[in-house]
Amino acid sequence: MREGANMSEPAKTKKGLIVSPIENGTVIDHLPPGKAIKIAEILSLLQPGSVVIMGQNLKSTKYGKKDLIKVEDRYLTGEEYNKIALVAPNATVNIIRNFEIQEKRKVSVPDVLEDVALCANANCISNKERIPSRLYTVSRDPLVMVCHYCNFEFKGEELRLKG
Amino acid sequence: MEFVNRDVVSIKDFARPELEHIFEKAEDMEKKGYDKSLLKGKKVGLLFYEPSTRTRMSFDSAAQALGAGTIWFAGVEGTSVMKGETLKDTIETVANYMDVIVMRHPFDGSARWAADVTTKRATRGFNKVPIVNGGDGKNEHPTQTMLDLYSVQKTQRRVDGLELALVGDLKYGRTTHSLSYALSMFDTKIRYVAPDALQIPEHVTSFLKRKGIAFTKHSRIEEVIETVDIIYMTRIQKERFPDENEYNKVKGVYRMDKKLLSRAKPTMRLMHPLPRVDEITLDVDDDQRSYYFQQAGNGVPVRAALLALIMGAVR
Repeated sequence: MREGANMSEPAKTKKGLIVSPIENGTVIDHLPPGKAIKIAEILSLLQPGSVVIMGQNLKSTKYGKKDLIKVEDRYLTGEEYNKIALVAPNATVNIIRNFEIQEKRKVSVPDVLEDVALCANANCISNKERIPSRLYTVSRDPLVMVCHYCNFEFKGEELRLKG
Repeated sequence: MEFVNRDVVSIKDFARPELEHIFEKAEDMEKKGYDKSLLKGKKVGLLFYEPSTRTRMSFDSAAQALGAGTIWFAGVEGTSVMKGETLKDTIETVANYMDVIVMRHPFDGSARWAADVTTKRATRGFNKVPIVNGGDGKNEHPTQTMLDLYSVQKTQRRVDGLELALVGDLKYGRTTHSLSYALSMFDTKIRYVAPDALQIPEHVTSFLKRKGIAFTKHSRIEEVIETVDIIYMTRIQKERFPDENEYNKVKGVYRMDKKLLSRAKPTMRLMHPLPRVDEITLDVDDDQRSYYFQQAGNGVPVRAALLALIMGAVR
């Protein structure tokens, strides 16, 4: 399927697309409204010379409104998929090659988060000494995590990414 | 059921039959006496970054009763921790000197991290040095829980079917968290008695809910004293409060005195992990229902049994 001309929810108005297609790269779709900038920051997308298109509060038949990011010549690592899932659990990632959607993936919070996010317990050893954090997913909806070290259980909104 | 070289980090790492096995060995040791040859030639490290009387001394006593030597520090003064040494580096170093490490540390999760460090060290060809958690911050204190549960079983001759009240600082008190996890393996009813600001945290109650354990919350001891089989009092821990004003609002809120205790069943036993401040008056000490000093004494057989099991001296 051709990128931009796609999909279940094209980001367009009556006059046409408001977010132009990309030739090669990644489209991160179905982000909660207002989250595009945060995701772009988390993934360090806003680098000098990089081509990034961000849409905010676009119409979405599925969610009412959504944000969207398109980034050229950039593909995501497994860890980056995990990071997106923590902020935008319903996001879809499309991998684009030659204007075609080569692969479409739903993000998902993994069972174990290795050194991606911080334990929400300020007195946890993982926040006191320089050691790799490890969090286990207790529940995905609502998101609940538990720390490998201190057993502290906390909700998704308390979660901060390592960075 | 394998105990050899096993870390003792969280009570949740143990299944009910394993706890019962530890209690069986502890009871054996109490009845038959301690065999000084069991841990002859072994060294037990006691790394106490925070103050302790009962835990450190009962581990020391238990180790010596079985013939082991002990190497320890109590407080970080005079150690490389004062120079900024990380926990990992301390553990990597002292693991060369001892067969098991018992540690108390101010940070939550420190025992699990130490256990991970010695497990990884074992992949480099060294012996696994098991870690025994003697209290990690406000998180867990599993051997306290073992001796608490042993005391419950010893005094009531069972755990199933009992009604227990946990009273005082349930928010910051790690003993009540660990005890709750342990009680979830049995058929018990738990009454949490605390001021709102110090009630049992949600991460404990959500665990109990998942396990289907019956519990209720109360603000006054009077609401539960006549029906419970065990009252487990705890100290309001000044050192765990981020704000002294918050501490002042709740200190001295519960006081067990002779008059209040007289309302309890004759078979009820009053327990406390100690130290107490003013939550149990001195006139209660001689009441037959008071059990806290014997409870502290139970630390020796339970810790001796545990050390013997994880060092492979008994099966």
